[in-house]
Amino acid sequence: MFYREAGDFKTSYREDSQTFPIKFDRLRYYAVLAVAFGVIPLFINDYWANAVFVPFLIYSIAAIGLNILVGFAGQVSLGTGGFMAVGAYAVYKLMTAFPEVSIFFHVLIAGGITAAVGVLFGLPSLRIKGFYLAVATLAAQFFLVWLFNKVPWFYNYSASGQINAPDRTIFGVFVTGAQTSATAKYMFCLVMLTIVAVIARNLTRGTVGRKWMAIRDMDIAAEIIGVNPLSTKITAFAVSSFFIGIAGALFFAVYLGAAEVGEAFGIQKSFLILFMVIIGGLGSIFGSFAGAAFLVLLPVLLKNVLVGTLGWPTDLAAHIELMIVGGLIVIFLIAEPHGLAQLWRVAKEKLRLWPFPH
Amino acid sequence: MPDQLLFAMEVTLNGLMAGVMYALVALGFVLIYKASGIFNYAQGVLALFAALTLVGIQQGQVPFAHLINAMTGMHVSHFGWTVPSILAIILTAGVMVGLAIVIEKLVLKHLVNQAPIILFMATIGLAYFLEGFGDVMWGADIKKLDVGLPQGISETVESVTDSLFGYGFFIDNLDIVATVVAVLLVTALTLFSQYSKQGRALRAVADDHQAALSVGISLRFIWILVWSIAGFVALVAGIMWGSKSGVQFSLSLIALKALPVLMLGGFTSIPGAIVGGLIIGVGEKLFEFTIGPMIGGATENWFAYVLALIFLVFRPQGLFGEKIIERV
Repeated sequence: MFYREAGDFKTSYREDSQTFPIKFDRLRYYAVLAVAFGVIPLFINDYWANAVFVPFLIYSIAAIGLNILVGFAGQVSLGTGGFMAVGAYAVYKLMTAFPEVSIFFHVLIAGGITAAVGVLFGLPSLRIKGFYLAVATLAAQFFLVWLFNKVPWFYNYSASGQINAPDRTIFGVFVTGAQTSATAKYMFCLVMLTIVAVIARNLTRGTVGRKWMAIRDMDIAAEIIGVNPLSTKITAFAVSSFFIGIAGALFFAVYLGAAEVGEAFGIQKSFLILFMVIIGGLGSIFGSFAGAAFLVLLPVLLKNVLVGTLGWPTDLAAHIELMIVGGLIVIFLIAEPHGLAQLWRVAKEKLRLWPFPH
Repeated sequence: MPDQLLFAMEVTLNGLMAGVMYALVALGFVLIYKASGIFNYAQGVLALFAALTLVGIQQGQVPFAHLINAMTGMHVSHFGWTVPSILAIILTAGVMVGLAIVIEKLVLKHLVNQAPIILFMATIGLAYFLEGFGDVMWGADIKKLDVGLPQGISETVESVTDSLFGYGFFIDNLDIVATVVAVLLVTALTLFSQYSKQGRALRAVADDHQAALSVGISLRFIWILVWSIAGFVALVAGIMWGSKSGVQFSLSLIALKALPVLMLGGFTSIPGAIVGGLIIGVGEKLFEFTIGPMIGGATENWFAYVLALIFLVFRPQGLFGEKIIERV
């Protein structure tokens, strides 16, 4: 009844090509922004920030980044954990080397450094395709983790081999370190996520995004109609790694505070983010959010039910959690291979006709 | 002969043996990839699950003991009997066939005609599920697997090389057994696929699904068959790796080591899996031996992948893979 194009007249090209052409969608978008920026920070406490909101925001950034590469450009990557580690170690080196510069810029530069590394490991994608490429990106994963473990310069020769985020502020408010409030963590990640999501959304519906999708759908055909595969694949790797680097930097500096590379950025992280992208929906920005929310909330929920309510031992609960996550992934792929985003699309189609479907 | 050269020869031999172990896992991948075009990430977990089941049956563990205890407050753990190794292996092979049927019925049947990436993700989901399932069923503690395979350093090799070069090579007995088993397994698989009726059907399906269907080959039966064979190969790999380093979670990670082997050999070639395994095994051992100490060691974690990556840039379909022909 409210969700429809009818009566929403477009009088300029600008209005015609806006991101949300339906008025209800626009209002919903502003409402979500208002709640995220205005309401949640007032009520957030440490438990909610650390268990749900901050990981959700950071994983959303990483999922958007990976979705650009896998969902839009069609280049399967299993090196996400390694690229997140690059972001984390880059921001750590920058924070300790240039303490007078704001951490906001450090995070962005860390993204840039990750983009450069991503391009380097993306170069073979011109020759290698499909699963061969997926396995080739594992080289990035294992090599980068090994590198950060073995070269002491990266962790400033600390005895434990760990990296610890020093205290840094933005506008006088702590955003990293032990004194950070839940609200500050949440707001910093939220601002980053908003920037990333707006950039990603606009890139994917413009020339760049169309080139990515052309390469994804069939690279030889795309090449013949004049899409340059070199620049297209390289930009996909660069943009994707940029976002993933930002996510890695935030994950270390804001969320963890201290990190050991093999534990925080191992191969499991790569798979986790790939799952988010697949469950959320390949080639959809909304899907990245949905997938991240799903896989952040599910373990919290399962743990509360199995350990909290039923009182089972934690190791048993952890194994059952593995089973449920694995089972759900299979069920999801069977029921809806295009992910949560497709369910959302179907729901919107239905809503358009509601309440008179005939 | 100079010591360095002898060392290098010993390292090479050990690498060859390690390569055979990788090849055992890679073999299961190739079989499934050829027959169904599915990149089966769950192969390593299949090996873990097979090894867990074997130990569980052998020692007479009560399945789901931990779960039953948590739900009912009872304290069950073992039936109190032990099963002979041979019988346990046969029973486990039966379990793997059952598992193949269940996987086909519950998962693969519903995913026919989906994109390869979706099938790949489904096998990752399957891997997670099986990992959790195996742990819930048999418990997550590290288990010792003993099916009577010889352990320790081979004295024959040591004394023979000692008399030849004046320096005894250290070679694991188990590695020698693994090599023999791998050779037998590959011979059996080759004979099966060349001369038996089902084997020919298998190759027909690998060649072209639709053409195979049109001459009356049942795809579903072939899939069950090939997953059963992969399950059996996983069981053999599980026995070898389990006897070598105990049955534990890290066993499922050997799947990751098998991936560069596959890339190097080509996803579609059984000889490729063997040769790829040997190259990776020797390469990473020699690299660790020569360059490793200079750059901090533990290069075995990534060397295989980087080698495969560099190799693929020059030959994208791997050593023995079918040439990739692309048309618009």
